Amino acid sequence: MTDQNTTGLTTESAVLAGELFGEGVGTQAGPPTTPADSTAVAPGAHSHGGTPTGSPAERFTSTDPDAFGVPTGREETWRFTPMKRIKPLLDGAASDARVTWTTDLPEGVELTRVDAGDPLVKGLPEPVDRLAALTRQNSDGADVVRVAKEAQLDRPVTLGLAGTGGDSAGEMPVVWGQLVVEVGAFAKATVVLDHSGLAKYSGGVTVLVGDGAQVTLVSVQEWAPGAVHGGQYDAVVGRDATFKQVVVTLGGDLVRLVSNVQYAGPGGSAELFGVYFSDETQHQEHRLWVDHAVPNCTSNVLYKGALQGEGARTVWIGDVRIRPAATGTETYELNRNLVLTDGARADSVPNLEIETGEIVGAGHASATGRFDDEQLFYLCSRGIDAETARRLVVRGFFADVVQHIGVDALQDRLMATIDARLGALPALDEQPVEVA
Amino acid sequence: MSVLEIRDLHVSVGEGDDAKEILRGVDLTVRSGETHAIMGPNGSGKSTLAYSIAGHPKYTITGGTVTLDGEDVLEMSVDERARAGLFLAMQYPVEVPGVSVSNFLRTAATAIKGEAPKLRTWVKDVKSEMELLEMNPAFAERNVNEGFSGGEKKRHEILQMRLLKPGIAILDETDSGLDVDALRIVSEGVNRSREEGQVGVLLITHYTRILRYIKPDFVHVFVNGKVVEEGGPELAEKLENEGYAAYVKGSQEVASA
Repeated sequence: MTDQNTTGLTTESAVLAGELFGEGVGTQAGPPTTPADSTAVAPGAHSHGGTPTGSPAERFTSTDPDAFGVPTGREETWRFTPMKRIKPLLDGAASDARVTWTTDLPEGVELTRVDAGDPLVKGLPEPVDRLAALTRQNSDGADVVRVAKEAQLDRPVTLGLAGTGGDSAGEMPVVWGQLVVEVGAFAKATVVLDHSGLAKYSGGVTVLVGDGAQVTLVSVQEWAPGAVHGGQYDAVVGRDATFKQVVVTLGGDLVRLVSNVQYAGPGGSAELFGVYFSDETQHQEHRLWVDHAVPNCTSNVLYKGALQGEGARTVWIGDVRIRPAATGTETYELNRNLVLTDGARADSVPNLEIETGEIVGAGHASATGRFDDEQLFYLCSRGIDAETARRLVVRGFFADVVQHIGVDALQDRLMATIDARLGALPALDEQPVEVA
Repeated sequence: MSVLEIRDLHVSVGEGDDAKEILRGVDLTVRSGETHAIMGPNGSGKSTLAYSIAGHPKYTITGGTVTLDGEDVLEMSVDERARAGLFLAMQYPVEVPGVSVSNFLRTAATAIKGEAPKLRTWVKDVKSEMELLEMNPAFAERNVNEGFSGGEKKRHEILQMRLLKPGIAILDETDSGLDVDALRIVSEGVNRSREEGQVGVLLITHYTRILRYIKPDFVHVFVNGKVVEEGGPELAEKLENEGYAAYVKGSQEVASA
């Protein structure tokens, strides 16, 4: 395996390469030898090699934007974000602008709206940064998708959110949105958020997963060039419930999504899948925070991204916290980045804080690099030419995540988009392959 | 009829001052219909020989020739070698995430044959070969080698050999890590190809166990990067009883002389 971090590619990593980059998918971090002794863990309490991780042990949350101050770009949560390009969202005023909604609601699903004073809105997990707080404030209530308890939907709930490209005066005010997906106990539902068109959009999404429910949330970002999208996604996973999130970021100028998971009871399971493909000048940032505070929950994170072209930029931050009460936790997170051309930059920062030794397992891995020459050799040794082999590998790299969506038509559409993007790659067969 | 000829092959790994010679003058000829066993202790360079013939970029050819039916194999790219009729069943097959076995097999068959195989016969061929190798049909929809057990990976390698029908098949420690049942199933797959008559087999192994199922016509003892003794099947029996100690000792004396 040679695709790991040996390429002179800029990879920001909080952990030592030797520990991260094992054969295949990377090395398990393994159980800690010295459990932390309190909840007030200093940053980097579990840090391979003692390197500061930058992520605070406790996150400040508030519904008041001013409680966060105006970010300068030096803050930990903003330091990877191009502030000039996200400024239109941060400076955005409350507006009546909306994206166009196209909805497909199967039987057993209700779409309503509640105002800001509604107890549902007041009880949502709080914003973790200024943009999320502004979004909560400016969206003035929430759109609510309700899935009745024990409902078994015959097809996915689809919400197509299309940017309109601005108003008649040529202005493009920020569109603010807050969506709540409330799934009753023992229901089974898939909800697809399908973002497209041109907009400046900041949308909060909260998924409340009832006890024993099984929920898949798919968020597709196929924005037109020039679009800016910020959003905080929260999942509150009920007792013995299963939550799966699949984030697919392909379009837009800047996309910055923060996904948080908390567990409302023991026995919950969360899987966070993501795939992103950044072309020239696109900034795609995915920040995850999985907070294990109750016993016997699992989390599994798999994010894969590819980058091509000058100024392509991706950021992945994967924070997992296992609090003292969260005995029996099992967690693993993996981020892989495939750099297809020079001039692209992928930052990848996994961070695992473990405050109890009584867990089933905890691990993380991160790898950024070029094509895996062993995979290419294997395919070529079966007669497949190098160009076709590379396409198979890259396509497979994406399909590996996309296949978790479980909605065939959507999977096919996304793979077609990815194929088209790969087709645009100049002289794929001339890309360098590293040799062990 | 294929003939693979290896003459005075020298191969090293690493570059510059770190370069280390692994193969030190290998001579070997394998013809269609013949089965050659290459036996040797760990670290003798057996796998290096296999990967060098297949064209792995990690290895540098520093001398000698390899030809297939007179064509210079060393001038060919990895995929050209496969299309010329060489096949390497790997000791450690590589996982290819997101690429299904069926897609992989079809792509490979299309590349080898120069045109897409007829769908109906192809599906039937794959199915019947999988049955013979006692592979669950669900295998076809799994990602290549991902989550396969050791035995499943080796069956998958032999499945490819069966479907791609190479002129010369190199089996690199195909027996390693297999239980008795899996060893029998895999060996039977190899024997089906041998019985069909047109394949030459280069069977690389550390142990004599697999030779009870796949009878070699020739046995070559490989030590310290070259063939040190050649014979018929009786040589394998000698190795079974006496091990490699005599050969290894001899080579060390030569090295220190």
